Amino acid sequence: MSNLMQIDGIEVTFTEGETVLEVAQRHHKEIPTLCYDPRLEPFGGCRLCIVAVEGARNPVASCTTKATSGMVVETTNDEIETYRKTLLELVISENREIDVHPLRGFASGELANLCNKYEIHETKITGAKSGTSKEDDNPFILRDYELCISCYRCVRVCAEQEGDHAINVMNRGFHTQITTEFDGLLKDSACTFCGQCIQTCPTGALADKKALRAVDEVVDTPLNKTRTICPYCGVGCSVDVLTNENKIVGIHPAMDGPANQGALCVKGQFAYDFVQHPDRLKTPLVREDDGELHETTWEVALHKAADGFKKAHAVHGRYSIYGIASGRAPSEAAYLMQKFIRAGFGTNYIDNCSRA
Amino acid sequence: MSNPLVDMEKPDVIFCIGTNMTECHPVAATGLKKAIARGAKLIVADPRRIGLAEMSHLYLPLRVGSDTALLLGMAHVIAREGLIDEEFIENRTTGFDDFFEHISQWTPEWAETITGVPAKDIETAAMWYGTSDKAAIYYTLGITEHICGVENVQSLCNLVLMTGNVGREGTGINPMRGQNNIQGAGDSGALPNNYPGFQSVTDPKNQEKFKSEYGRTIDLEKGITKVTALELCGDSIHAMLIDGENTLLSDPDREHCEHALRSLDHLVVIDIFLTETAELADVVLPASAWGETDGICTNTERRVQRMRAAVQPPGDAKPDWWIISEIAKRMGIKGFEFDSPKPIFNELCRLSPIYAGLDWNRIENGVTDQLNNQWPVPHKEHPGTPRLHEETFVNGKGIFSNVHYRDPAETISDDFPVWLTTGRRLQSYHTRTQTGRSQGIDYLLPEESLEVNPADLEKWQLSDGEWCKMSSARGSINIKVKATNRSPRGTVFASFSFADVPVNLLTGSGYDPITHTAELKVCPVRLEPL
Repeated sequence: MSNLMQIDGIEVTFTEGETVLEVAQRHHKEIPTLCYDPRLEPFGGCRLCIVAVEGARNPVASCTTKATSGMVVETTNDEIETYRKTLLELVISENREIDVHPLRGFASGELANLCNKYEIHETKITGAKSGTSKEDDNPFILRDYELCISCYRCVRVCAEQEGDHAINVMNRGFHTQITTEFDGLLKDSACTFCGQCIQTCPTGALADKKALRAVDEVVDTPLNKTRTICPYCGVGCSVDVLTNENKIVGIHPAMDGPANQGALCVKGQFAYDFVQHPDRLKTPLVREDDGELHETTWEVALHKAADGFKKAHAVHGRYSIYGIASGRAPSEAAYLMQKFIRAGFGTNYIDNCSRA
Repeated sequence: MSNPLVDMEKPDVIFCIGTNMTECHPVAATGLKKAIARGAKLIVADPRRIGLAEMSHLYLPLRVGSDTALLLGMAHVIAREGLIDEEFIENRTTGFDDFFEHISQWTPEWAETITGVPAKDIETAAMWYGTSDKAAIYYTLGITEHICGVENVQSLCNLVLMTGNVGREGTGINPMRGQNNIQGAGDSGALPNNYPGFQSVTDPKNQEKFKSEYGRTIDLEKGITKVTALELCGDSIHAMLIDGENTLLSDPDREHCEHALRSLDHLVVIDIFLTETAELADVVLPASAWGETDGICTNTERRVQRMRAAVQPPGDAKPDWWIISEIAKRMGIKGFEFDSPKPIFNELCRLSPIYAGLDWNRIENGVTDQLNNQWPVPHKEHPGTPRLHEETFVNGKGIFSNVHYRDPAETISDDFPVWLTTGRRLQSYHTRTQTGRSQGIDYLLPEESLEVNPADLEKWQLSDGEWCKMSSARGSINIKVKATNRSPRGTVFASFSFADVPVNLLTGSGYDPITHTAELKVCPVRLEPL
């Protein structure tokens, strides 16, 4: 039997093992989700992704339902939309705020976006609120559980993707609470501060404390995102650098990064502010007759740099000059370093820092 | 790496040796964790009970510097038990008969006497690796930072060649590179033996090619390595240009290194901070940093990727390519008239057969379903090569190496009775020029400490949390003691990240005679209370 099914009246193909949600998304159907992260096993917790399947008595969660041959699916109708809207109203009835700052995390706007889409600005549902925020003096991860909707994305990303199992679920039902072993601080758990829980959280309950410290300095212009590669180890994770004016305010993992598929570690996620540290060298320095380094102009410094190599060449010959290229700078720098030595002196007196 | 990072989820048996991947390449380690969750078996060989060891199904706690013996023992068992891939050996390798004879003497019982790993565990490791259809090896500097780094790597190659575990999904021999563009630096020809694209300098054809490109004849002899150059400072080396390396803290035997750099007539350092190395320079040139610089880098799986500037550099800081070009122009060297990194990268691609199909625009567009940009990319229509050695090896046939075990340059003695091994930690990076200046990292890792097995404290009259004096044949430092079972008895560990605990004052007992990689992983020391 061929892998054909119908979605909203259109015949589509699927591959074995694909879920209805995945097939629908490939065909640009907008199905709302909250507990879904494409990198994780489907969970079926939030029920927003329900669709109607011909022959099924009730709507099914499309994220946990596998596509089958001949399946006829309807991704939207009045009944489903009413159901989704009611579910969303229930979800937001417990949350202190919905429109959170985008610096809280990569997915932190998901709930607010859905509320905008369904034009839910307030809820008639009132009552007790669950989730108690946790004081935690760590510098990176805010644990604002009053915004938690128990989608378990944080728990699942920590277990399934990171394999760290640092956070878990305590209690059941209304009293459900995301926590660590022994309900302690993240520092005392298996947490490696990779920040993945922050980035997958759809409400900003888990948030990037470090980025939020920059909020006061963020002026009223949009955040810019620049795609680049992490500056640390050789894995080469793709990241988006978040900037405002000329300031780096945070890092988002690139979910489509070929080497990391959205994963990062504590260094790539949080150790970015060395770039704009006051210790940065801003001016060329040359050592003067007093034996000290003094600030100077590029012209003076470059002249002195070139002059020293010329002198060494003239006095000691071409084998007296050596170049060490960086394993941190881009390849253009390493290429020109070797060209400087080879074209300049005709030797192979060039190396990089890979021997230590 | 012979295989792409995505393959890390796919082996049935994973053999990690000399790699602390969960701390040093954490994102790559997530792939291994997924493989294990799927049912793959993990073998970990490491002197320290690191995070990977805790996850493993078989842990081989070998004595520092004994890797070759362990691997010879494993090869012996694979041969003895007939777990070899005869078809692969016949078609793809050479020298097996000699190797088969060579290996017969190196029994696991012999290996136990060198490594301290029980012979039966060496046998189990060999059986798992040898019987698996998809077994992959991962290693890092724990293999290469030894006087026998070459033998260690050759020993791993022997295992791969015997069993045909290469050229297929979920197999291979995979060194993990430690810096964001250390692969790219080698690709670009910043090596004493190779032009860009790993073209040998000793081949007259390559000499001719670069003569016509660069307008002058370049030596047909290999240059000297950095290690040799540092030894010759003040003697025959008188001027040095260092780009973005804190040589003084990252290299072994700091005192020797400082003396070398101070004896130069002329030292020019390009960096983003006034590092300990830059402080010794005659001219310090401020470079633009990551996040401020446009350029190309290559990751550990040979994937060529674009780095982009997001903000302006501070003050007068300039990109490295501009700085090097301006020095070259002032010396009258031709071929440095660049106004952006793009033509520089395109020149590199034009001259490197492995990059021949790449150019700036292709990297700018990134990875697509059709193009993965993993070298070699021999022509424009080529998609890239995620997996090496699928049909053939680049140099023809895989060669078995009849390696012998050698002791480290220095072994423990009455004066220096404890093994020190060094490495990195998750939260700090190298000499902390970057992580040490990033807010919050100090909360996780405020200071360096020496990891000592709790049962060894009494022997050396040390106390957990107190300071001790650690000395080697080269010097002494003071360091705080941390009792932990991560260190086995008789072996201690510290990272080289903290300037106030300069562990590389002690290291530097020797280096591999071929690669000139220093034996940073083994250093006999003495511990005394302060």
